[in-house]
Amino acid sequence: MDVGLMQMQRRLAEYTSALFKEGILDSQYVQLQELQDESNPDFVVEVVSLFFTDSEKLLNDLSRDLAQQNVDFRRVDAHVHQLKGSSSSIGAERVKNACIVFRNFCQEKNIPGCQRCLQQIKQEFLLVKSKLETLFKLEQQVVAAGGSIPTSGSLPTMQQPIL
Amino acid sequence: MGMAAAESRFHVLAVDDNIIDRKLIERLLKTSSYQVTTVDSGSKALEFLGLHEDDRSNSGSPSILTNNHHQELEVNLIITDYCMPGMTGYDLLKKIKESSSLRDIPVVIMSSENVPARISRCLEEGAEEFFLKPVRKSDLNRLRPHVMKAVSKDQKQEKHEEEEEEEKQEEKEIKSQKHQEQQQQQHQQQLSPRPSGNSKRKAMEENLSPDRTRPRYSDIAAVV
Repeated sequence: MDVGLMQMQRRLAEYTSALFKEGILDSQYVQLQELQDESNPDFVVEVVSLFFTDSEKLLNDLSRDLAQQNVDFRRVDAHVHQLKGSSSSIGAERVKNACIVFRNFCQEKNIPGCQRCLQQIKQEFLLVKSKLETLFKLEQQVVAAGGSIPTSGSLPTMQQPIL
Repeated sequence: MGMAAAESRFHVLAVDDNIIDRKLIERLLKTSSYQVTTVDSGSKALEFLGLHEDDRSNSGSPSILTNNHHQELEVNLIITDYCMPGMTGYDLLKKIKESSSLRDIPVVIMSSENVPARISRCLEEGAEEFFLKPVRKSDLNRLRPHVMKAVSKDQKQEKHEEEEEEEKQEEKEIKSQKHQEQQQQQHQQQLSPRPSGNSKRKAMEENLSPDRTRPRYSDIAAVV
């Protein structure tokens, strides 16, 4: 067996495992991976890419909403609700949790609180984006070297994510 | 993914304003061998179902609609998000249940929020199931019994309608026979023979109106 490929696969497995351990991704991400197959080999990348563009737009909207003279909290809440939903659907756990905190401040109509939260959400978003982009690159390398991508649920001796 | 040859492909209409969730539910449903159509609002859903927002009763065919290619597609189940701007999933559910043509289509509600009052309100209004988001593959197993029940109910109704139609045709033919006989007697001509069982069925088939014919599932091309 190609030692280079083995090493790549190990690196991929370790990287993926760390994401789960750090709570950046949760079990919903595994669900996405399980929906991917030969007939839909790019499903995860497609959904995640949608999440990136959609979230960037929502984050811009939120910045704008909070910068208004009279903040429309219903509008703000609607946007966060969307972002919370999307992040939950792809397993971006930390982004989702930051959205939950945001909504509390929103309910209290606490603008500074909301703004701080928004910064937090942006940070978490950028983090998960960067991590997933790296993950996809590692996967591409493995596939290009003739290997296949295991789903995280089948990690051999690595840290299993808590499902 | 092998489908059993005998298995019908059911058509699900999925309603969600969130683009990621639409993609997800579409993939989930397709993995479970459903045909899927997704729309992003309750009003688009009603439009797709052939119902206008202010229609209460629809005298048109139940759940049959035409797409641009003039194919007829039946909707066997509707799965909708609860929180949507404009028309909520609950509003959509109500409109469907108020429509005489759509009320038999099973409806399932999805929500990211676990609010017991919301859940019971939806179930009381006639939703078959309430799924918490994110929806998982295992949740979809709960859909099949509802689809099967609705389809078998449709088939029973169809059979009943066909039998009624047959009876009416028989009556019609007997009447027209009698009329013919009278006319022929008046013209002092030979009596025409009674039609055989075969041509009676043929006459019945020819008289079936388009909205009575339901397409065989195996003939339907994939929607998406």
